[in-house]
Amino acid sequence: MMRNLLPRPVMTIWLAIAWTMLNNSIAPGTWAMGLIIGMIVPFLTAPYAPDRPTMRVGWPLVEFLAVLIWDIILANITVAGQVLFMPNARMRPAWVVIPLDLTRPEAITALSATITMTPGTLTAEMSTDGRALLVHCLHAPNPDAVRDEIKSRYERRLKEIFE
Amino acid sequence: MTLVSEIAISVLLVIGGVFGLVGSYGLLKLPDTMSRLHAPTKASTLGIGGVLLASILHFALIEQKYTVEEILVTIFLFITAPISTHFLAKAWLHRNARPEDLPETGTDCGWIGYDLAEPKEAEGTESD
Repeated sequence: MMRNLLPRPVMTIWLAIAWTMLNNSIAPGTWAMGLIIGMIVPFLTAPYAPDRPTMRVGWPLVEFLAVLIWDIILANITVAGQVLFMPNARMRPAWVVIPLDLTRPEAITALSATITMTPGTLTAEMSTDGRALLVHCLHAPNPDAVRDEIKSRYERRLKEIFE
Repeated sequence: MTLVSEIAISVLLVIGGVFGLVGSYGLLKLPDTMSRLHAPTKASTLGIGGVLLASILHFALIEQKYTVEEILVTIFLFITAPISTHFLAKAWLHRNARPEDLPETGTDCGWIGYDLAEPKEAEGTESD
């Protein structure tokens, strides 16, 4: 019964929180409206995402976000330096193939979004079987090091969170 | 106290502005489309991050109002920016790069865009 009414309880709660944040008010009416939206939206999205996501909220997620924010700040400074001071002729753009250990679609989405949001690398393609990502680097004299860093810093942590 | 918070807010605004400017300059300076795609991700992370933090601090410290919309802006940006970048990169690949130009996948099959496009080409003029 509860399963049928609330197919995604966590999503309902998150949508209600997002709605109250959008309205910037914690009045009871806002919460009620948020909960109503949170109960309707999962029914509309269920046909596109039939499996329940398996994300675990806990210490690994906090650690991952902290590492991500720190890396974004550092990489921003590095790339800003390259844009401002490195002549285009010395840039070494490179394609890097990342073999994936992750299998859950939401984990792969999170990894590719992470790669794109950290300046200097962006995800361009995925292999048909979902076992490899194609990543473009702005300046990578040593493409293997980029691959190893993505695998050890981000993929290992995402594996703890999602799988 | 007001002075300290105003300095903090100004510093964050300047950081945000500088990274936004560098991102735009990168669009102008970098040599090819794939490299230029890197510039907007930079502007949208630290550039907008700095401005949003400044906005939160300004309302909290100076106008004594607590706002959380900025956090939502950050979340939506972090969800949507990689998707649009991914689509731009894919569109560029399909217009300009052949499968031979790209590195091997290291698995049994090719890159998904090219694998999906091939059967359509083989069928010829059947669809539109």
